[in-house]
Amino acid sequence: MSSVLYDNPGPAAKRRNLIWSIVFFILLALGLWWVWRVMDDNEQLEWAKWRPFLAGSEAWTTYLLPGLVNTLKAAALAMVIALPLGALFGIGRLSDHLWVRIPAGAVVEFFRAIPVLILMLFANVFYDKFTDISSETRPLYAVVTGLVLYNASVLAEVVRAGILSLPKGQTEAAKAIGLRKGQTMRTILLPQAVTAMLPAIVSQLVVIVKDTALGGVMIGFAELLNSRKTAAAFYASVIPSFVAVAVVFIVLNFALTSLASWLEKRLRQAKKSTGAVVGVDAVGELATPGAQEHPDFPKGDQPPDKPV
Amino acid sequence: MNLRKVSAAAATVLALSLTATACGSDDKDSGSGDGDGNGKKITIGIKFDQPGLGLKTPDGYTGFDVDVATYVAKELGYDEKDITWKETPSADREEALKRGDVDLIAATYSITDERKEKVDFAGPYLLAHQDLLIRADDNIAKGADINGKKLCSVAGSTSAQNVKKSIAPDAQLQERSTYSECLDAVANGTFDALTTDDSILAGYAAQKQYEGKFKLAGLNLSNENYGIGVKKGDTEMLDKVNKALEKMVADKAWEKAVTDNFGPANYKNEPAPKIGDIVK
Amino acid sequence: MFDFLEGYDLLGAFWVTVQLTVFSGIGALVWGTILAAMRVSPVPLMRGFGAAYVNLVRNTPLTVIIVFTSLGLADIFSVTLGAGGDFETQNFRLAVLGLAAYTAAFVCEAVRSGINTVPVGQAEAARAIGLSFTQVLTNIVLPQAFRSVIGPLANVLIALTKNTTVAAAIGVGEAALLMKEMIETEAQLLLIAVIFALGFMLLTLPTGLVLGWFSKRLAVKR
Repeated sequence: MSSVLYDNPGPAAKRRNLIWSIVFFILLALGLWWVWRVMDDNEQLEWAKWRPFLAGSEAWTTYLLPGLVNTLKAAALAMVIALPLGALFGIGRLSDHLWVRIPAGAVVEFFRAIPVLILMLFANVFYDKFTDISSETRPLYAVVTGLVLYNASVLAEVVRAGILSLPKGQTEAAKAIGLRKGQTMRTILLPQAVTAMLPAIVSQLVVIVKDTALGGVMIGFAELLNSRKTAAAFYASVIPSFVAVAVVFIVLNFALTSLASWLEKRLRQAKKSTGAVVGVDAVGELATPGAQEHPDFPKGDQPPDKPV
Repeated sequence: MNLRKVSAAAATVLALSLTATACGSDDKDSGSGDGDGNGKKITIGIKFDQPGLGLKTPDGYTGFDVDVATYVAKELGYDEKDITWKETPSADREEALKRGDVDLIAATYSITDERKEKVDFAGPYLLAHQDLLIRADDNIAKGADINGKKLCSVAGSTSAQNVKKSIAPDAQLQERSTYSECLDAVANGTFDALTTDDSILAGYAAQKQYEGKFKLAGLNLSNENYGIGVKKGDTEMLDKVNKALEKMVADKAWEKAVTDNFGPANYKNEPAPKIGDIVK
Repeated sequence: MFDFLEGYDLLGAFWVTVQLTVFSGIGALVWGTILAAMRVSPVPLMRGFGAAYVNLVRNTPLTVIIVFTSLGLADIFSVTLGAGGDFETQNFRLAVLGLAAYTAAFVCEAVRSGINTVPVGQAEAARAIGLSFTQVLTNIVLPQAFRSVIGPLANVLIALTKNTTVAAAIGVGEAALLMKEMIETEAQLLLIAVIFALGFMLLTLPTGLVLGWFSKRLAVKR
C-alpha cells in the first residue's frame, strides 16, 4: 500500500509502522477493556439482558419492529411528499419570471435555515390546536410535516442542481427543434435530471431516516428509538437495547448510502447518458442555507456534449 | 442490471410502501366506541412501562391498572378481547380524554383539583404515597435528607414538582421522560434515589432483573388518589364506572388484583378507598 | 403584543445554542482532523479505525447518540465530565461531547476530500526533501487542504448549529427546548415559531456568508 503522502515503506518505516500499530492496538484494547469492565460491573453483560435481542424474536416483534415500521412509514411518506414539492420549488427557482423565482427562492432559503426540530414542534402544536387529528396519529403527521418542509427545500436545490448539471447543448438542441420552455423542461431536461439526481435523493433519504428519531424523543412519535424505551423497561437492558436500535439504523442507512454510491458510480461511467450527476457529496452543500454556488458544477467542469 | 430497471424497482417499492401505509392507517378509529359493548370496542389508556401497574409484555398487558380496567370494562359490557389498550404518557392524559382518543384512563392517574377542571374522575380505586426508591444498602430517614443528594424523576410529574417546591428544594433533580430510565443509574450510584408513588416504585423494586437491588425508603411524602379518568361531563359513564369499582371491592376481585400484582412486590397497600373519598 | 415573552429567557436560550455550537465545533474540528490524519496514515489499523468510525457514526441518528450520552455514558459508564452532580452542567457537557463525536465524522470527510485536492506534486516534493509522513501532513498538505475546505467546513458548521437543537432531547435548555415549553403554554403559536425561526436564521445565514467570503479569499489559486 502506498499513497502520495508516504513512500513504499522500507525496513525502518516498516518497523515504525509496526510500533505505531502496536501502540494504537494497545490503546484500542485498553478502551474496549474499560468498556467491558464497566458493563460487567453494571451487569449489562448478563445473557438475560442480551438474549431477548439476540436469540428469540419476541423483543423484536413486540417492541422494536413496530417501531421500525413507523420509522420507515414516516421516512417513505416524507420522501414521497417532499419530492414533487421540491421539484416544484426547484423548477420555480429556475424560472425566467422574477415573481416566480423570488418567492420560490425565499421559501427554499427559509426552510433550509431552520432546524427540522423547530418545524416538528411547531407542526405538533399546530395540529393539536387547529385540527381534529387524533393524538395517536398526530406525532406521525407532525414528524412528516417537519421532514417534508425541510427536505422539500433541500430537494428543490437537488432538482435545481440536477437540471443545471445537464450540458447546455440539451437546451439548445431542444430550442433548435422548436420546443417551448415548458416542453423542454418536461420532455428533455427533467427526465435526464431525475436520473442525475438519484444518488443525491437516496443520500437524502438517509438524512430523513435519521431525523425521524428526533420525533420519537421530542414529540412521542412511536418510532424505533422510542420503542427502545418500552423494551428497556421490560428487560431492564439499557445498553443491549441501544445497541440493537443503533445496529438497525446503521444497517439500514449503510445500505442506502451504498446504494447511493453505487448509483453515482454507474451514472458517472454511463456511456449512453450525458454523464451528468448530482453526487452524494453535493448534498451537504445543497442543504446549506445561503449557498448559491454549487462547487460541484462550475461551468468549466460540465461534462462535454457527446455525439449521439 | 441497468439504471432504468433500478428506477422502476425504486418506484415500485415506493408505491408499495404507500399502499402499506394507506392500509395501516385505516383501523385507527374503530377503537373509540361509545355504546354498550356487544361486540363493540372500548379504548383504555394505561402506562406501558410500569411493572405491577401497567406493563407491555410479549404476552400482553399486565398490572393492577390493567386488571382494574379489565374488570370495569367487563361490567360495562366489554369482553377482554374488545379492549384496545393505548399508551397514555403522563403529559397527554387530559388531552386524550378530551379528544375521545380513549374512553377511560387507568394510568396511575392521581386525582387533583387542577386535573378535575379538565376531566372527571371515577374512584379513587387506590391510595398511594410519594416515596423514594433507594439502593438496598442505603438509608434515607426523612424527606429533607435528600437535600444535596442526586435525585431522578419524570419531567412535569407531580412528584418532581413536590420535591422542588416543598420536600427538598436543594436536591439535584435529573428529569427523564419515564421512570424506568432512572433505574440503572440509581443501581450504580449515579443517582441516590428515584422518587414517585410507592405503588410504582414497588413494581420496579420487585422486577426480577432488579431483585434485591432496591428498597423503598418508606416515607409518606404525599397522598396520591388514583382515579379512572372519564371525559368531562359524561356522568352516565362516571356512574357506571363507580358502580363497577364498588362491585370490584365488594366481590373481592379488588383484593385479588392487589395480591396478584403487588404481592410479589411486597407492597403494603392501603385498604380499598371508598368511592369519592379523596385523602388530601 | 410581546407581553407573553415575559418570564422567558429567550436570549439566554439562544446563548446556550451558540455555546453548544462553538464548543462542539472546536471539539469536532480537532477530533475530525485527527480522524482524517488516521484515514490517510500509513498504519493500516489506524486507517481501518478511522473508516469504521466515520461509517458507523455517519449512519447513526444524532438523536440516538445524544440520548446515549445521557442514558448510557452518564448512567452506566458514570462519565460525568467533571460536572460533580450538577445535572445542568453535566447535560450540557454530554451534549457537547455527543455533538462533537457526531460532527467529527463529517469534518473528517471534508478534510479528507480537501487533502485529495492538494496536487500530488506538493507531497512528492516534500517527500523528496526527506520529510516524514507527519511533517508532510502537518507542514505541507493540511495547511493547503484547510484553505480549500473552508467552504465544506462552513456547511458542516451550519448543520451543527441546527443540530444543537437535538440537545433538547436530554434536557439542555437551548432554544428548541424553550420553544417547546413556550408553544405548549402560550397562545401565540405562530408568533413564537417565527421568533425562533428568525433566531436560527440570524445564526445560520451570516455564518454561511462570512465563511463563504473567507473561503473565496483563502482559496489556493491554481
